[in-house]
Amino acid sequence: MVDATDNRDAILLAPIERTEPGFYWAVGLLSLLILWGAIAYWTQLDEGLGVTGLHQPVSWGFYVTNFVFFIGISHAGTLISAILRLSRAEWRRPVTRMAEVITVMVLFIGAGQILVDLGRPDRIMNIIRYGRYQSPLLWDATSIGAYLTASIVYLYIPMIPDIAILRDRLRKRKLFYTVLALGWTGSERQQKVLNRAIAIMAVLVIPIAVSVHSVVSFVFSMTLQPMWHSTIFGPYFVTGAIFSGIAALIVAMVAFRKAYGLESYLKPIHFRYLGQLLLVMSLLWFYFTFAEYLTGYYGGAPEEMKVFWAKWSGPFRPFFWGMVLTNFLIPVLCLVRLGRRTIGRVLTASLSVLVGMWLERFIIVVPTLSTPRLPFGEGIYWPTWVEWGETAGSFALFALFYLLFTKLFPVISIWEIREGREVGLKEVEERLLTYLPETAEPVLMETEKRW
Amino acid sequence: MARWGMVIDLDRCTGCQACVMACKAENNVPAVGMKEAVRGRIISWMQVLTEEDEEHSGEVRRFLPRPCLQCDDPPCAKVCPVYATYLDPEGIVAQIYSRCIGCRFCMAACPYNAKYFNWYRYQKEAPGQNPDVSVRPKGVVEKCTFCHHRLQKARERALAEGREVAPGEYVPACVEACPTRAIVFGDLSDPNSEVARLARSPRAFRLQEELGTKPKVIYLTEGEGRG
Repeated sequence: MVDATDNRDAILLAPIERTEPGFYWAVGLLSLLILWGAIAYWTQLDEGLGVTGLHQPVSWGFYVTNFVFFIGISHAGTLISAILRLSRAEWRRPVTRMAEVITVMVLFIGAGQILVDLGRPDRIMNIIRYGRYQSPLLWDATSIGAYLTASIVYLYIPMIPDIAILRDRLRKRKLFYTVLALGWTGSERQQKVLNRAIAIMAVLVIPIAVSVHSVVSFVFSMTLQPMWHSTIFGPYFVTGAIFSGIAALIVAMVAFRKAYGLESYLKPIHFRYLGQLLLVMSLLWFYFTFAEYLTGYYGGAPEEMKVFWAKWSGPFRPFFWGMVLTNFLIPVLCLVRLGRRTIGRVLTASLSVLVGMWLERFIIVVPTLSTPRLPFGEGIYWPTWVEWGETAGSFALFALFYLLFTKLFPVISIWEIREGREVGLKEVEERLLTYLPETAEPVLMETEKRW
Repeated sequence: MARWGMVIDLDRCTGCQACVMACKAENNVPAVGMKEAVRGRIISWMQVLTEEDEEHSGEVRRFLPRPCLQCDDPPCAKVCPVYATYLDPEGIVAQIYSRCIGCRFCMAACPYNAKYFNWYRYQKEAPGQNPDVSVRPKGVVEKCTFCHHRLQKARERALAEGREVAPGEYVPACVEACPTRAIVFGDLSDPNSEVARLARSPRAFRLQEELGTKPKVIYLTEGEGRG
């Protein structure tokens, strides 16, 4: 399988072999943003959280919003890739790696948000020393830890044959690739073990991914606070996570398609399929949002209504309606009829959803806190340059991680593309034949007799 | 074992804020300065909330002194990831400043907004502070403790003299300072104590009782004299 002389997919190795000036420009720009974030964080570490716009009663703001948002994005990857693999969607081949990389990179950024949000990051180890499992924060730590571990394994295992290709073809970083390739030769036995490991991880990773965003939502829904204390928060958050995850995946695909000239691998059909998935998630997200807000409104509990009106027509109105616009109206209008210019439309919808899902997280975190039950008066929250810097830095750090990854490893799985050409075609044909009545195989007939 | 509780008679409260000032002095609560106050960073373990009277809008203001309500089922302690806040055996919700990681989950969970955060290092140890109460560093949450240090002192004194803590020997600073005696403090588990007797009054209610937090600060509604 691993044929070092096969040159058909040379373009996938090009970014690793050569470095264009565009790369340095991108790194430079991202570094500037990261520097801004680093200065912001240093200021905060030195002086205290007082340099942010947080106060009483809005004690959670951008950082917690970012946390929920980034952890949500992480569902792009592993979950989507696992589902596509398990459902044997053949079009997955150039997509899965990109998705898995998003997950791993963004999980670091997401988990980091909590560290940034802590008043005493120096005491982070207290979570282990005095950890209290009754607290949803501990559930988060456990679940995210498990997800990160599983995602790294799930990213790494399907990469082994590709690393072997790099080991055999590239002249640089020989030791690095040799160690990571784990002596891959492409023998039949290795192939079997690899496929089995991928299958196991794909199954394993789905429940973990679902648990991650469920427990993230539990941070809010386990409290008694109005418009947080809701039973649908688990599935609502998971839906939003997959929604924003697909959007992030599409944006990454468009970006690398353009930057590395991958037009022949990432075709409009891939964007069409993902766009349809995005459309379904948009409708599902709207259904959840509708159910959540209608239940609150119809019940009309005074505390709930205070928060409800703050979002609907109060100070958070631009964010709320912005969210409806960017999460529902724009994506649906863009995606409902994908005719010409598929990629442009899908990209527009995805960018819109990324903005919208960030707003959605914000509109969940802040208005509840800013409308306390007792007569304190409403607390309006204005982030300072520190929060903006940290947020910009976080996005830039994620992009930089991703970019550096693509300089070390192929961003599209080479061996899976080859497998698609060599084995997939035949396999699909055979599989298709078994679906049809007149060609049913005797093996299947036998199992049917047992009933 | 005692269950410490407090009754606040809203009919008697004049909104004079003596309790607030007494609390600040007793517990080394930092003055955050005007700039911080405008930004909503005032720390006030005891806070007098004001509200327009619905019936006499614009004429009458109602006052609601709010310490930590020392819930028997505290939503803040439920969510703390590190046991930095917990219900102690005598019903006081304690806060361990040296363990708190500053995640502010308890602040988000408290339906009474009784928890405060040290956004900056607001003060250093200095002469003039109460030596019985530790000065909080930056980045941790703090709250009313029912002047827990006073209980410890009373208990030590009683122990040295070989007797039990007498009723009325342990009272928080706000109770002492109230000029109209609107705040009564004592042991709720002793049915004969004044606080337990008042807590049984038909005027007694608890804040957000429907949440099931079981606060041990009990209010007496405004009665005849209202308006």
